[in-house]
This record gives sequence, C-alpha cells and structure tokens, in this order.
Amino acid sequence: MPPRVGLFATCLMNLFRPNVGFAAVKLLETAGCTVEVPLDQTCCGQPAYNSGDFEATRALAKQLIEAFEGFDYVVGPSGSCMATIRKDYPRLFADDPAWRARAEALAAKSFELISFLTDVRGVSSVDASYAGTVSYLDSCSGLRELGIKAQPRLLLGSVDGLALAEMADTEVCCGFGGSFCVKYPEISGRLADDKLARLTETGAGTLLGGDLGCLLHLAGRMKRCGSPVKVFHTAEVLAGLAEGSGIGGAVEGGGQ
Amino acid sequence: MKVSSPQFKAKVVTALADPHLRDALGQSRKGFVNGRGALVADLPEFEQLRDQARDVKNHVLANLDHYLERFEAKVTAAGGQVHWAADAEDARQIILGICRRVGAKTITKGKSMVSEEVGLNEALEAEGYQVIETDLGEYIIQLADEPPSHIIAPAIHKTRAQVAELFEAAHGGPRKTTVGELVTEARLVLRDKYFRADVGITGGNYLVAETGSSVIVTNEGNGDLTQTLARVHIVTSGIERIVPSLEDVSLFQRLLARSGTGQETETYTTFSTGPRRPGDPDGPEEYHVVLVDNGRSKMLGGKFQDMLRCIRCGACMNHCPVYGAVGGHAYGWVYPGPMGSVLTPLFVGLDSTYDLPNACTLNGRCQTVCPVRIPLPELLRELRHAQRQAGLRPAAETRALKAWRFVAERPRLYRAANRLAARALKALDSGSGRLTSLPFGQAWSGLRDLPAPEGRTFLELWQARKRP
Ligand code: SF4
Repeated sequence: MPPRVGLFATCLMNLFRPNVGFAAVKLLETAGCTVEVPLDQTCCGQPAYNSGDFEATRALAKQLIEAFEGFDYVVGPSGSCMATIRKDYPRLFADDPAWRARAEALAAKSFELISFLTDVRGVSSVDASYAGTVSYLDSCSGLRELGIKAQPRLLLGSVDGLALAEMADTEVCCGFGGSFCVKYPEISGRLADDKLARLTETGAGTLLGGDLGCLLHLAGRMKRCGSPVKVFHTAEVLAGLAEGSGIGGAVEGGGQ
Repeated sequence: MKVSSPQFKAKVVTALADPHLRDALGQSRKGFVNGRGALVADLPEFEQLRDQARDVKNHVLANLDHYLERFEAKVTAAGGQVHWAADAEDARQIILGICRRVGAKTITKGKSMVSEEVGLNEALEAEGYQVIETDLGEYIIQLADEPPSHIIAPAIHKTRAQVAELFEAAHGGPRKTTVGELVTEARLVLRDKYFRADVGITGGNYLVAETGSSVIVTNEGNGDLTQTLARVHIVTSGIERIVPSLEDVSLFQRLLARSGTGQETETYTTFSTGPRRPGDPDGPEEYHVVLVDNGRSKMLGGKFQDMLRCIRCGACMNHCPVYGAVGGHAYGWVYPGPMGSVLTPLFVGLDSTYDLPNACTLNGRCQTVCPVRIPLPELLRELRHAQRQAGLRPAAETRALKAWRFVAERPRLYRAANRLAARALKALDSGSGRLTSLPFGQAWSGLRDLPAPEGRTFLELWQARKRP
C-alpha cells in the first residue's frame, strides 16, 4: 500500500504560486505516494502565533489537526509552515494533555516536502533538467528548526544541466520574517539588499528556495531593482515545472 | 539610564543611513562570527559543553537562595561584605554610601553592564566624584558621552577615525592614526588614574559560591589594575551570576570567550576573594559585593526564567541580522540585540519597549549560538503574547487578526476569499507579472514589487483537476 500523504497547501502557495502545489504533487507521486488535498484546511496559524495571539493559533491548530490526522503523512512545500506544525503545535498545547497528544502525533508525521522526499522516501535523484547556474536560499525556519540544508542540494545536484553556485553567508536571514517585512520595512530592505549582494557575487541567473515568503520578498525586491535573476521554488525545478520567467516575472502570452 | 526605546523606529532610520556605523559594525562583527565559527569547529565537545552549562545554570536558578547565602557566608569569612540591592536606586545608594564613608574622590571602573543598568556613573558624577572608565571601549564612549552599543564591545559602533578625533580633543593633539598609537595613548592617560583611585568598581563574570570569590574576565588587564590598586574594591553583579564551584568556572570559561569574542580564552581571568590579608603584597583594604536584583527575582519560576541563564557573552547580538543592520543604540537602553530585546521589556516595562520584541525576524540564529541555550525567539514571542494580554498591541493589528481568524476558521469562506484575492491582485497586473504599487500596502511596495498571483488558487485548480 502506498503511503497516503495529505498535502498542506500553504497560504502563499495557494494564493500566489499554485504551480508549486502541482510540483509537490508530482514529486510525491513519483516517490510512490498517494496524494490527497483535504479541502477543510486553511492556515497553520503562524501569523497569529508570531503576533502573540496564542488563542487564535490554538483554534487553527485544532482545525488543521482534525483535517490531517487521518493521513499517514502531512507534507507541505514550506519549511516555515511545517516547522510550526512540527515544533510549535506540541508546545502550544503544553497545558492540555488530550490535544497535546494529538498535536505530537501529527507533528511526528509532518514534513517539509524536500526533506520528506529524501529522508522518509529515500529519494536521491530526480528526473528533471534545468539549464543554468542557480543559487539556493536557505530559509531560516527550515534550516535551523528542521535541519534542511543537504537535502535540497542533494536533489538539485541530480538535475540535468543545473550548476549550483553557493552564496556566502547562507546562514544569514534574508529579512522576510513574516509580518516583520511590513512592520520594519527599512530593516527588511537592508537585509534583502545584503542577501542579494551575496547572490550577485555568485553570478547565478536563478534563485531557488523552499519558502515562498522569502522568495516573494526577494523576487519583489529584485524586480524593483531591475534584476534579471529568475526566482523559482525548489520543487518547481525538481519536478521539471520551472517554466516561464519565474516568480514575479512576466507571464508569457499575457497570462492564461 | 534613560530609556529611549520608544524612539526605536526613528533611530533605525538614522542608523541605516550612517555609513560609518555600517563600516564599524561590519568589520568587528565579522571577526567575532568567523572567530567563533573556527573555534567551535575545533572543539568537538562544544555542543555538550553548552548542555552542561545550561544544566548548571538551571540548577543554580532552582536553588538560588541556597547559593546566594553560601556565597555571602564565604565573602564574610574572607573579610568582605555583601550588600543586597533590591533595585537600581538601592544599588546606587549602597555604592554612594561606601564612597562617602571612605572619603573617595577618584573612582576607577572596570567594565560592568550592571553599573550601566543601575545608572551608576550619573549618580556618582552628580555627587562630584571623578569617575574614570578604564576599559578602552568604555573609556571611548565616556569621552563621547554615549551609552555602550554592545555588551562586550561597547564602542563597536565607532570607527578608528572617530576614536582618533575623540582622543585628539580629550588629550590634546597631535592626532594618532594607528590602532597601536591610540591604545598606547589611552594606556598612558589611564595608568596614572589607577594609582590615584580611592575606589575601584568592577563587574563580576562569575560569583563563586564555594569560595566567595568574584571573577572578572578581560582582554586589557584594566579590571585587575582597577581592583587591586584602589583602596576599596566594589563588585557590582546581578544575583543570577552565581556558580556553585571553581569547577563550574572552568566549564563556563571554555564557552564564554569562544562564543563572544571568538577567542579560546580572554587574556586575563582574575579571582578576587576578600580584601588584602596581612602579608599580601597588594590588594584593596575593603572588598564589597553589591548583589543587584532589579527585576531578576520576578523572572524566577516564570516563563522568562531561561533568560537568567545569560552569561553576557554577546554571541546573540554578533549573529543577529537586525543588530548588524541598526547597531546597539537603536534599542534604546543598556542591553541591545536579542538578549536585550528580552531583558529590556522585563526590566523597564512592556509599555515603553513595544518595538523590541517585534523587530525580529525570528530567524533563530541567536539561539543556535547561545552558549547556555536560551530559546531567545520563543521568549520574544512570549513577550508579544504578554503585550497582547496587556492590551499593548496596535488596534489595527488586533482588528486584522480577528477578521483573518474569522475567515481562516471557516474553510469554505477561506477558499472563496483566496479566490477573490487571487483575481483582484491578478487584475492589477498589466502583464509584467508584478505589482509596483499596492492600494493598501505601501509597507510592502515601498521597496518591493509584489509578484502577481497566477489568477486562480491552488485549491480551486486542484478541485478542477487541471494544471494552470
Ligand atoms: S543570551 Fe546567550 S548568546 Fe546572548 S549574551 Fe546571553 S549567553 Fe550570550
């Protein structure tokens, strides 16, 4: 029996980049999983959590747990959302044993997409090609809370035609930080520019990453500054679905 | 010290526009970060040491009363005196009292963040004492009449040229140009002051319960001269800086300099136990330890107790991207960076420090370098929660969250709202794939375009089972 995976359609993916969702489905199916997308899912609650509204976070966490606890795995194309589910949910219910147990059970089977493919499904290569030099952005939640660093690099290494050029200071935040980027735009902008300076040094023509928040922020800043660098979610490249001009790029043929 | 944290946002703008600050911060922080990285890579048991240090601190905090009493008994037995300061005013009065009693005129000071915290210099100067900071960084900012901007490198925000200018004005030309010349000049000026000092005030990196010793760790040896040459030595320290034994000091010593300055060890580690004994060649006639609470005991047993493990190494600010961009002065009080963003609201109150816990991307790098494993991002989030409980969050945010929650708790409505948003944003796009201005989102679009959505949401496409 192939494992049943419930795909967590993160808010930003659902709204801004459905292609990432389809890329995730394709990668999961290729890795031998059955994928379902429960419709009674919404947001993991992170925006409320980071604004100190723990009560709203708990309400949304319960809703998500109920929507997904019947699956063998919960997988989402974002280190930050999946870290919320894996790390923060159990903590949120510290004083509520019944929900704590359910949160822990869900946390144990929840994974960020790329690390799920490599660490749980044993995938070590993909059948995709992408012509060009890319650089990979380590997003902080994925990197530090979930230990995602080698996994995307391993899979990107198997993409035909792709060359990886590493940035300096890969451990340094790009300045997105959720609502931080609009609450403190000046600091956020400085951190983005520092990160983009490191990107320029690599000479890469494409930036990849595993979190749409960071990618929308950096793509937006690059477009504003007239940079020709394309931006894709890692999954789009790994699934062979990185077509067109990328996140924030012009839509060919004037859209759909 | 006055709290100027409410001006955080204005200070950020000034700081970001200051090219000198950028140079000064960039240079020194890189040294700290790279230094730490190399040393940690060379010490296989480093992560284990962090666990041990966290555990020792937790043990001390759980038995703080016991260790404090033990420390006091040992200090007294060695001929010294322990003073208990409940708050900043208490601490100032105790120290002023000692200075008056011994008829002091000149007071030398080693680096002490607690003395900054209680506003000691202002109080001493107001009573006419001559106060001389002997740590080079502290000396520089004393000349500049500025507060420290980093807990272990107080003048990190100053460039060499700025220091040369300050020295020229204070010492009388000619202007020096190299670091060596500047250090020599400071040495010469300070040397004479040590000998004239009546009272020497230092901080305490550790207070050892087993022996009643206070320990200072410095790179310049200034603390040693401050505490041995003056007639009276006063140690100021927070009550949480106690460790059970000398054995524990060696554990923390392996972590402190590696984490903070990126050195294996600092140049001088000096133990003081009581005043000069008969037959001792040097040492002060009196030895006092002022133990400062000032809000610390309120943190015991609560959500913020972990913060009391802090050994003031500076690693969190060295690795903080926000600190790196805006520098320490923007934080508006004594303690900057991640540790300061937790401590300042707890010490001076939530209402005047709104920005501190919020001006953080929660990227978590501070936590990964903290030698005593303080979960700094979690504590910052707890403070945001405390702000909400206290009704201090902005009304607009509270309203927006409420509306968002209403929608997010209703999946069908949520899907519809997203479909609408995808279309509305798409409609603003003229084909470039990006939106250059947003009707209600200047905070985003002031410096970024917004990548336009594809026009339909994933969930609706999935339901229709077709590729975009
Ligand atoms: S919080 Fe941790 S890293 Fe920061 S100064 Fe304290 S001990 Fe050092």
